[in-house]
Formats: sequence, C-alpha cells, structure tokens
Amino acid sequence: MEKFRTPLSRVRLWGSAKAGSGLFVAQRLTAIALVPISLWFVASVIFFIVKADHAALVAWLQSSWNAEILILLILAMFYHGYLGVHEVVEDYVHHEVVKAITLVSMKFVIIAITVASVLAVLRIALGT
Amino acid sequence: MAQFTLPANSVIKKGKAVNKVEAAKNVKKFMIYRWNPETEENPRLDTYEVDLDNCGPMVLDALIKIKDEIDSTLTFRRSCREGICGSCSMNIDGTNTLACTKPIEDIKGAVKVYPLPHTDVVKDLVPDLTHFFAQYAAIEPWLQTQTPPPPDREMLQSKQDWALLNGLYECILCACCSTSCPSYWWNGDRFLGPAILLQAYRWIADSRDEMTGERLDNLEDPFRLYRCHTIMNCTNTCPKQLNPAKAIVEIKKMLVQRR
Repeated sequence: MEKFRTPLSRVRLWGSAKAGSGLFVAQRLTAIALVPISLWFVASVIFFIVKADHAALVAWLQSSWNAEILILLILAMFYHGYLGVHEVVEDYVHHEVVKAITLVSMKFVIIAITVASVLAVLRIALGT
Repeated sequence: MAQFTLPANSVIKKGKAVNKVEAAKNVKKFMIYRWNPETEENPRLDTYEVDLDNCGPMVLDALIKIKDEIDSTLTFRRSCREGICGSCSMNIDGTNTLACTKPIEDIKGAVKVYPLPHTDVVKDLVPDLTHFFAQYAAIEPWLQTQTPPPPDREMLQSKQDWALLNGLYECILCACCSTSCPSYWWNGDRFLGPAILLQAYRWIADSRDEMTGERLDNLEDPFRLYRCHTIMNCTNTCPKQLNPAKAIVEIKKMLVQRR
C-alpha cells in the first residue's frame, strides 16, 4: 500500500508534534547546572571523600549544604543523561515497537534509580 | 536499527579500467561509481584516464569529456556548469560538492566520484531526490500573507530586513548538505534535513511573510527539526559556503523565545 502514497503525503505524515522545544531547553539547562555541581563533586572527591573514613563521610553528608548539592547533582545528572539516551534511541532505533519498549523501560529505570539515590542521601543526611 | 553496512546487492565491486591514455604527460585517473538498474549486477567503480592538457579545469569538464569521448553510457545530471543550478551535486574525493565548481587540481591522486551518499540511486551518479523535493514542498516555500498585496506595487522591505536573508536566499537546493548529514541518513524519512530547514528559515526570516507562527508550528517536532544535533557536516560541505547549521539554530532560538 505504501507505494501508492504520494511523496508529499509521506512527508506531511502526522503533521508536527508541536513538541521538543521543552526538552531542548531542559537539556541545555541541566548541562549548565551540571558544570558547577560537577566541579564541586570532583573537588569533594579529590580533597575529601577519598581520604575520609566512614564516620567522617557521614558527618560530611549531614553538615550544611552537602546533602542538598548531592541531591541536585543526582537529579540534574540523571535527567540530563535520560534526555541524552532518549535522543540516541530516537536516532538509531527504527523499529517502532522496540523503540516504544526501550523508551518506556528506560524511563521507569531512570526514575527508580533517581528515587533510590535521593533516598539514600536523605537517609544518611537525616540520620535515619 | 540504523544501517552501518551496505545490503549485499549494493556492495560496490571493483570495476574495469575502461581506457588508457598513452603519449600524454598530464594524465588523471577518475574512478567513477557505476550502476545500471537494467542489469542484475552490483555497482562497480570504473576507472577512466583523462588527459588534463586536453580537458577543462573542473571535475564536471572531465565527466563530460568521458561521456563524450570514452563512454557514452556514463550517466549524471548537469545543466548550468557554473554552480547555480545545483544539478551536478555528487560525492567527489569524499566530499559532497558540485562537480562544476570543484577544480580537478585540488584533488590528490585518483578522483573518486560517487552519487550523493545514502540516496536511492536512479543510475550511476543520478540520485533520487523525490523525497527531498517533497520535503521542500511541505514547508510551502513561497511568500504567504493575510494582508492583500498592494494593488499598485510590490510589498516593500527595508534594506536591513532584506539583509537578514543574506546567506539564505543563495541556497540552490543541490542537496549536498542534507545528504552529508548523519541524522538525515538515519531519519531522513521524518527529519527535514539542513537544506530544507535553511529554506524554511529563509521564509521565517522574511519580514514580508505573515505566516511565521504557522511555519514555526510546523517545524516544532522532535523529528522534523530536533533530529539536528549540530554535527555541522552541512556547513562544512556546502559548495555555496552557506551555513545551514546556523539557520537551524536560529529556528530553535525562535521556538524557545516564543514559549
């Protein structure tokens, strides 16, 4: 049947999804946010975390802003990573069913990992 | 999945050396992609020798000489031979360009000539651009207004507004950029590609056009527009030295601005 479609009908197809700009902005904003946060994290690892023992690390997480910035890092990093992999799947996976399953399961996994990570930080920070 | 290898019947076989030029000092080898839809054979790379002392300076001159004097079955498109019609776009020495404006002397060693990458081949160096031009038609590339045009004169435009179209209106739709774009290779069925997006922006940027919003609506799509990942092959390869990547960024900027 496909061969009887006109070239223009193939191009016009379902029209425009009128979406994508939001994700485009989100990808850039998370990238910008990740610059200072990643620098903080790398500096923390080099100057503190590698030398600290367990008690010192727990105290570090419970003090001032560390837990908050760590949670921001988790949120920004996983969201940014999710957007990136989403683009890759859209680029290269052309089987519609496989694509849908991949994208949906990816979303579930990333949400699960994010919640687990944030919860882990909170439990240490709040000392429960 | 994206195809990274050619299907068996598209694998390019070694072709034959068609002719030998004796008694000439300045001989250049041209290795040209040949495929005939009327045979069952795979594509092949035929080698022709051309005496450059007896040939024009551009690759197109050599192709025409080969067709005239050596092998009349060689098939390619050409018309203006001065870089304005966009017919003779092909992949020369690994880069998409116009055969008529590509000097032979710029190429070291044998000159390899293929059709535009990742296109359906009609014959030899002739690609099927049906889909490409359907995409062009889909962006409605003409001035659209709600206001009726003045009965006694043209619609006017300031010199500043006209200057905004510089670098856009020069596009000759040769398809060099679109067929050099990996995103267009993998998703060309839905991604509009750099040439068409540059053309779309040419009408978005036109101060006289009154359908800017609708034009942006039609482009705001994860596939039509946002498959562009700023790879920049388009800008690298454009034989008219235009910058489709910049035009696409301008479209994205407008879409973000109007949110």
